[in-house]
Amino acid sequence: MTNKQQNRPYLNRIVLFLLFLMLGISSFAQTQRFPKPEFETGYTQPSPTTPEPQVFGIEYLDVLVLVLALSLASWLAIKKRSRKGIMWLSVFSLLYFGFYRLGCVCSIGAIQNVALTLADPAYAISIPIILFFVLPLLFTLFFGRTFCASVCPLGVLQDLVIVKPISIKPWLQKALGLIPYIYLGLAVLLAATGSDFIICRYDPFVGFFRMGASFTMIFLGIVFVLMGLFVARPYCRFLCPYGVLLGWMSRFSKSHLKITPTECIQCKLCEHSCPFDVIDEPTEELKHEEKIKNRKRFTIFALLIPLWMFLGGLALSGLHGFLAKAHPDVYLAELLIKKPGLKNDTENLDVQTFLASGKTMEQLVHEASVIKAEYYTGSWILGVFLGLVIGVMLMNQFVVRKRTDYEPNKTGCFSCGRCIDYCPVKK
Amino acid sequence: MNDKTSGAMGDKKVKRRDFINSTMRLTAAVALGGLAGMTVSKSNSGQYVWQIDPFECTQCGRCATECVLTESAVKCVHAYDLCGYCDLCGGYFKPGVKNLETGAEYQLCPTAAIERKFIEEPYFEYIIKEDLCIGCAKCVAGCTSFGNGSLHLQIRHDICVNCNECAIARSCPSDAIMRVQADEPYLIKGNFSPEEPAKWKNKS
Repeated sequence: MTNKQQNRPYLNRIVLFLLFLMLGISSFAQTQRFPKPEFETGYTQPSPTTPEPQVFGIEYLDVLVLVLALSLASWLAIKKRSRKGIMWLSVFSLLYFGFYRLGCVCSIGAIQNVALTLADPAYAISIPIILFFVLPLLFTLFFGRTFCASVCPLGVLQDLVIVKPISIKPWLQKALGLIPYIYLGLAVLLAATGSDFIICRYDPFVGFFRMGASFTMIFLGIVFVLMGLFVARPYCRFLCPYGVLLGWMSRFSKSHLKITPTECIQCKLCEHSCPFDVIDEPTEELKHEEKIKNRKRFTIFALLIPLWMFLGGLALSGLHGFLAKAHPDVYLAELLIKKPGLKNDTENLDVQTFLASGKTMEQLVHEASVIKAEYYTGSWILGVFLGLVIGVMLMNQFVVRKRTDYEPNKTGCFSCGRCIDYCPVKK
Repeated sequence: MNDKTSGAMGDKKVKRRDFINSTMRLTAAVALGGLAGMTVSKSNSGQYVWQIDPFECTQCGRCATECVLTESAVKCVHAYDLCGYCDLCGGYFKPGVKNLETGAEYQLCPTAAIERKFIEEPYFEYIIKEDLCIGCAKCVAGCTSFGNGSLHLQIRHDICVNCNECAIARSCPSDAIMRVQADEPYLIKGNFSPEEPAKWKNKS
């Protein structure tokens, strides 16, 4: 037994050597069917050109511009209190980050790179993308959403086209305000499973920056801009997934843009100045019975939150099979199981490429089931998250903050500074 | 309740709110720092750009249509090192042509982006006119099946806008498009062989 094992390596080596020789010859024959000629007329062979990437090195310049723009935006919103300054800075950001840098990479899309980095051990993120993700959040934690006001190219594009903003009913705003949470959750799930970067794919404005996109995306962009004439910043308020994170940061920000520089005189001039309906009015003193009622409801809804979380997880995990179809491998595997006849369809490129790759159906199905299992866990987490969001939103209805002045709602305020000009109080 | 006590109670409330705010701010800062730290530990200071692995490419033709740019950033590149300089070029002529004439009806390329130049008997040089090339890979398919495979697709970085996620990569049936380091942005055939261990692990 031991002798045999000792002898084997020799045999193996010989076989390997022979195999290697054969492989070498066959692969040579495959790539070099026609040997390169030896020219007699002094022909010099050109070599293929390799133009340098446009992005080379400019990313760090982008980060520098981002930091400067964020600092300037925060200074303009909090210290200088200049709507005009904010507007000019936003024009600059639109031109630089939008039309010059073509809107990519942006902080909104960077969510997906971060999610993929944390989920996929083989994916390495580049440092400028991390900075693009972290810096606006950090600035927001200190100064409010000044990033939205005048740095984000998508935001400022919408801000500059506001013509006649209409007021949206609070309940509708609340309901539509849930969409960004869903979008954020889906984007993270799809990015973490390596399926798709939906934020980038369905970015309605990047087509304008690149001066070209598919018809549907350009159409969608135009719809958003037209809608934005009347519904101010529709993408920021009812879609932007990064806005969710910025809102969390801004809510607890150290300082924030103020409507009045000193003491509010309750003149109500600013009441309707905000195109986004995020100025909170002074609250009326509640009756004692109502306070007790509110407290009771608050407690009930707080206790219900775990139920929402569980129900959310249960519901979304039931959908994991549907969600998993976003991954091309799962989609292909299910398609081939459902319609095995497609294997004879020479027009279907994905099927033909799979068949030519030499992968067996079992391998494909196995890979797909691994991804589906990831989706099962992921959609549980997503459902629990959404349940928590809805639960907290319902609970918060019964939180009555005492307010004596008109104040910007720190979560939703974009720090655009429009209200400043309406305030008659000067320093 | 007199004014004094209500004022004091108000102060207390404000203080509590401030305390909650600063605690939450600290929590958010720590969370953000943690997230940044975790990502930085997995980061690469180099930049990435997209590129096609010519050995994985199956010439499906989607590069011509899926790029977000109207003029696809993908073009055919000629690795002259591999070329056999054939008279009957599988990448230039449609299969089954009788006369080796340069009329458009005999050419595979839909935009006549390949220039055929006589060098010496019986050799011809084939040059890609990149401004005409649309990246449809018809010539690549011809050259790969009948010739040496010296014609192949590459993402041209003077055109590519380096999207966060490449739209062609998403729809590539053979996953041939990957991220490569920006200081080595091309995978031109002839520089490397398929047997060489993969240098570019950052495939997605």
